[in-house]
Amino acid sequence: MPTIPTEERNRALLEDLTSKLGDAVVGSHQRTGDLWVRVRADAWLRAAEELKSMGFDYLSYLSGIDWMPHTWPNPKVVEGPGVVDTEEGADEADASPPEAAEPDEPDEPAPGGGITTGFAGGDTRFQVLARLYSTTRKLGVTLKADLDGETPHIQTWTDVFPGADWCERETWEMYGFVFDGHPNLSHLYLPGEFEGFPLRKDFPLLAREVKPWPGLVDVEPMPAVAEAAGAADEAATTEPAPA
Amino acid sequence: MAVTEQQRIAYIASQAADARVNVELQTEEMTLNLGPQHPATHGTLRIVARLDGEQVVKADVVCGYMHRGYEKLTEVRTYPQITTLINRIDWLSSFANEVPFILAAEDLMEVEAPPRAQWIRTLFFELSRIANVTLFIGEMGVQLGALTPVFFAFRDREYVLNLIESATGGRFHPNFDRIGGIKDDLPKGWIAETKDAMRRIRGYCDQLEDLLMGNEIFEARTRGVGVIPAEVGLSYGLSGANIRASGVDWDLRRDAPSPLAWKELDWKVWTHPDGDSFARYWVRLQETREATKMVDQLLEGLPSGPIQAKVPRIIKVPAGEAWAHTENPLGEMGYYIVSQGGLGPMRCKIRSASFHNISIVPWLLKGVYVPDIITILASLYFILGDIDR
Repeated sequence: MPTIPTEERNRALLEDLTSKLGDAVVGSHQRTGDLWVRVRADAWLRAAEELKSMGFDYLSYLSGIDWMPHTWPNPKVVEGPGVVDTEEGADEADASPPEAAEPDEPDEPAPGGGITTGFAGGDTRFQVLARLYSTTRKLGVTLKADLDGETPHIQTWTDVFPGADWCERETWEMYGFVFDGHPNLSHLYLPGEFEGFPLRKDFPLLAREVKPWPGLVDVEPMPAVAEAAGAADEAATTEPAPA
Repeated sequence: MAVTEQQRIAYIASQAADARVNVELQTEEMTLNLGPQHPATHGTLRIVARLDGEQVVKADVVCGYMHRGYEKLTEVRTYPQITTLINRIDWLSSFANEVPFILAAEDLMEVEAPPRAQWIRTLFFELSRIANVTLFIGEMGVQLGALTPVFFAFRDREYVLNLIESATGGRFHPNFDRIGGIKDDLPKGWIAETKDAMRRIRGYCDQLEDLLMGNEIFEARTRGVGVIPAEVGLSYGLSGANIRASGVDWDLRRDAPSPLAWKELDWKVWTHPDGDSFARYWVRLQETREATKMVDQLLEGLPSGPIQAKVPRIIKVPAGEAWAHTENPLGEMGYYIVSQGGLGPMRCKIRSASFHNISIVPWLLKGVYVPDIITILASLYFILGDIDR
C-alpha cells in the first residue's frame, strides 16, 4: 500500500465516489495528500453510506462552518493561492428563510464584501463538514455540503455512524443546523434555555464587545514596518503577552 | 404510640402490596445520578443512569460543565496566542495538544521546522504521553479500590513533569511549540536526567504490572467488562488505545504522514483482541513502556542544527484549509484550520479524542452493573477538558 502515493489513491477514491454519487458531487479539492469533496446537501446521507461501504469506517468529526466574514482579525481578505472559489454573497441569511436568494441583486452585502468559501467551493453562507477515515486504507476524506437559510436542514448520519449523535448535537447548538431524523437533538454543552447559536459569526463574543482584547492592541501598530523587516529577521516569533 | 385505625389499614395495604411485588417479581426502575461532583468522574461529568435493580437500563451523559468555548475564542486570537488556549484542552499532556495545531498552521504556511526541532517535538510529545498515561495506569487502581498504585503514579509522574519543567518552564502548560520550530533548545544535563527518568518509568510499569495484572480482583472486575467490538468503536469515533484494545491496528504515529520523527524510530504498535476494560488498561501500559523506549532512541539520535525555521515576525497564515492530526495520549487529536489570510484562523475545529471516546458511553453502559460503571469509565480514560473544550 505505501508504494502508491496518496495523491493517486485520492484520485482513485474521488473517481470511485463520483461514479457512485453521480452529479451529487459538486466540487473537490486536493492538497498535500488530503482530499475534500463537496456534495449536494440532499446527497449528504448517501455519501456517508457509500463511503462506509467503501471501507471508511471511522467518523473523525462532524461540524460546521459559517463563511460570513467576521471583523477580527481578518479585516482584509488576502488573495491566496489556496483559494479556489470566490463567490459574492449569495444570501444574507439573516433575513431570508429558505426562499431562493437573488444572486443578481446583492441586497445588503455582508460587511466584508461577500463570502469567500474555501476548498471545494461553496455557494452559501453555511456548510456542514465531516471527516471520514478508513483504518484499512489509511485514507481520509473531508466531506462538505452547502446549507441554506436561517435554519438549515440536513439529513442525520446517526443511522450510519452512531458517533455522529453527539457531533450533530454540538453542531446544532453551535450553528443551528437541524439534523432531520436525529433521535435527540438537544443541548450538549450549553444550558437548555440558551438562545442563539454561538459559533455563528453574527453571535457576539460578549467579553470582546465589552472590553477589546489587549492582544489586538499589541499586534496592531506593527504590520507594515515589521512585514519587510520580519522576513530577514532571525528571531522568529514574538508573542505579545496577554495582559 | 397509639395506632389509629386508618394507619393500621394503610400498613396492611402496604404489606399486601409488598407481598404482591414479591410474588410477581415486579421491580421499579430508579434513577441514579453520578456526578457532576463525584470522585470517580475525573472532573465534572454527570452520568444519569436508569437502573433496574443493579443493572443499567439507560445511561445519559451530561457534559458541558467545563465548556470554555475554545472554538469561538480561536476566532479572535492570533496563531501564537492560540497555543496558550489549546494547552488547556487535555491538560495532562499539554504539549501534545500544541503539535497538531502548529502542524496545521505550518502546512498552510508551507514552513517546515528543522530536523532537530522535529525530534525535540517528538521527544516532548512522548514525554507528555508518559506523564499522561502514567497517571491513568495508577488511577485505574483507585477506581477498583486499590489505593497504592496511584501514589506510585504521582511519585513517578513527577520525574517526567520535572523534565518538562526544566526544559520548557511549565510543568503542565509548556506552551513550547512554535510555528517553524520550538521555543528553546534542551538545557544542559537534561539528556542524562531523562535517561534516568525513563529507567524509573519502566520500573514503575513493571511494578504496576506486578501489582494489578494477574491480581484476581483486578482481573475479575475488568475482564469481559465493557466490551467494545471494533466496528462499533470505530463508528462511534473511538481512537487511540481504546480502539487498539479492540484489535484495530491503527496508530497515526505510524500510519499518517507526519514531519515528526516517529517513522525513524524502532517501535511497535500494541493491540489487544479482547476490547474489554482489561485490554484497554493493558494496551496503555504497554504503550507507556514503548514510549520510554522511543524517548531513549530520540535522545540517542537527536540531530544537531537549528531549532527554528525562518518565519515572519508577525505570523500571517495564507488563505486555505488544513487538517492535521496526531496520535495523542487519549486518541486522535486534530485541528481543522480555515484561514483567510489573517492573523488568526477564521474557523478552527478542534477534534479532541475524549469527546468521541466518551460518546460511546450511553451504548456501552446498557446492561452493565452499577459498580462496573466506574471501571468502564475509568478504562475509557477521558479528561474533562478534552471533552468540553
